Amino acid sequence: MLLIKCPWCGERAETEFSCGGEAGITRPANPDSLTDAEWADYLFMRKNPRGAHAELWNHSLGCRRWFGVERDTVTYRIAKTCKLSPGKTD
Amino acid sequence: MNYSAFSLLRNALSHNRGWREAWRSPEPKRKYDVIIVGGGGHGLATAYYLAKEHGVRNIAVLEKGWIGGGNTGRNTTIVRSNYLWTEASLLYEKSMQLWEGLSQDLNYNVMFSQRGVYNLGHTLQDMRDIERRVNANRLNGIDAEVVSAAELRKSIPYLNTSPEARYPIIGASLQRRAGVARHDAVAWGFARAADKLGVDIIEQCEVTGINRAGGRATGVETTRGTIEADKIGVVVAGNASVLASMAELRLPVESHPLQAFVSEPLKPVLDTVVMSNAVHGYISQSDKGELVIGAGIDAYTGYGQRGSFPTIEHAMQAILELFPVFSRVRMLRMWGGIVDVCPDACPIISKTPVDGLYFNCGWGTGGFKATPGSGWVFAHTIAEDRPHELNEAFDLKRFETGALIDEHGAAAVAH
Ligand SMILES: Cc1cc2nc3c(=O)[nH]c(=O)nc-3n(C[C@H](O)[C@H](O)[C@H](O)COP(=O)(O)OP(=O)(O)OC[C@H]3O[C@@H](n4cnc5c(N)ncnc54)[C@H](O)[C@@H]3O)c2cc1C
Ligand SMILES: [Zn+2]
Repeated sequence: MLLIKCPWCGERAETEFSCGGEAGITRPANPDSLTDAEWADYLFMRKNPRGAHAELWNHSLGCRRWFGVERDTVTYRIAKTCKLSPGKTD
Repeated sequence: MNYSAFSLLRNALSHNRGWREAWRSPEPKRKYDVIIVGGGGHGLATAYYLAKEHGVRNIAVLEKGWIGGGNTGRNTTIVRSNYLWTEASLLYEKSMQLWEGLSQDLNYNVMFSQRGVYNLGHTLQDMRDIERRVNANRLNGIDAEVVSAAELRKSIPYLNTSPEARYPIIGASLQRRAGVARHDAVAWGFARAADKLGVDIIEQCEVTGINRAGGRATGVETTRGTIEADKIGVVVAGNASVLASMAELRLPVESHPLQAFVSEPLKPVLDTVVMSNAVHGYISQSDKGELVIGAGIDAYTGYGQRGSFPTIEHAMQAILELFPVFSRVRMLRMWGGIVDVCPDACPIISKTPVDGLYFNCGWGTGGFKATPGSGWVFAHTIAEDRPHELNEAFDLKRFETGALIDEHGAAAVAH
């Protein structure tokens, strides 16, 4: 069982959270001018790294807020969690 | 050595000292016509059909661990072909037809047992989806039936079909030709048969880089040195993104742990396979008597071959909902594999922007059943440098064109 530190509520069991996947995927600023390949990249392609991964998590059974998590995908160790700030993704 | 009743008898008489290794362990050559990265069932089947159907003779399979140590040897072995969409069901049905002759073809008993697979429906909507899928299957010439709760009560006596159940069972789909196979035997059988056709199976050989020149793949870097190749087929399941990044490609897959469990061995109690998307679990009984149980993927991505405890608890709740009679059964072992999940729950069997580099991945939670068929179409794709008509729709380009094949309904938890 992972213990995850919600930046607002503190450490809670993983069952209170849902994982929102890769962080830092920015919505295209000019959707009308995107090629099909660029859309595919934005919608579907993922880094899926083996090792350090920047993720978004939601404290869905708690304060219901989104926050950032840096987690290792092999050891599952969480290096840090942080509040999200506009324009900043890590 | 050909395996037969006669060879069994002869070796028994010589105290079983005459058995040979099932495949060689050669040193890697400097260069191959085709290199297959990944010695799971899919990679070994690809090498086998390349040699058998396409006459390619100079092939190596590079495996970082040991043969069948990945998902091939970790899955719950359900084989079926009752997928919803035509593209998917024809691909899985090709595989089913290969399964039906596989033990003979490989001269290796893969213990393919067509004991039937039931997909339970618990709500009116479940039943409508089941009826739709069964009709779609029949239109594609695949055997499928809708069965009622009364029939279930007769054929699976310990299943809780009481209307008082928390998630009452109203009916199910049944594919009678579906069933299970012995997973290790599939890997070993393909390895042995490929080796016989001259394929070099090289274990303990991790690919660490993909060499390219002028937009073409030229070979791989490995922990056992550089190996050149005209063509490279990558079939590494959960590690697909890692290999793709070696060639600066991006894939739409994410790797998740998927767990399975077996109980202590019991007397025969369940002679078919039962799965339920609604309570999220599935179960069969192995020939050794163990209950083989699985559930959904872990919620977060991961490359550790183990899963989280909440998922275990969830799987057990689901099984006890279906079979309260198993409440006192003790579980013996649990483990995880890393599955490469695709957004539309369908595989990618495709050429890539790099010439001579081919990827076969995205099978997620349900690729064991596809092992022979996946190898068969991937071998064609590599040998001919174009997809077979059965895997044309499974191109990487579908994420650009939008022609996804949404199999979540038929595939989600159901492996
Ligand atoms: C718990 C569980 C239950 C499942 N249940 C079912 C089921 O009931 N029915 C079903 O149809 N499917 C099921 N699946 C899915 C199925 O197991 C997979 O889709 C299928 O086995 C994938 O086949 P493969 O040969 O590509 O994978 P693998 O056997 O994982 O082969 C990939 C190989 O690539 C190797 N590799 C990775 N990186 C490298 C590298 N850099 N260099 C060299 N080699 C490398 C790995 O060591 C591995 O041996 C299940 C999976 C799991 C984990
Ligand atoms: Zn919180």
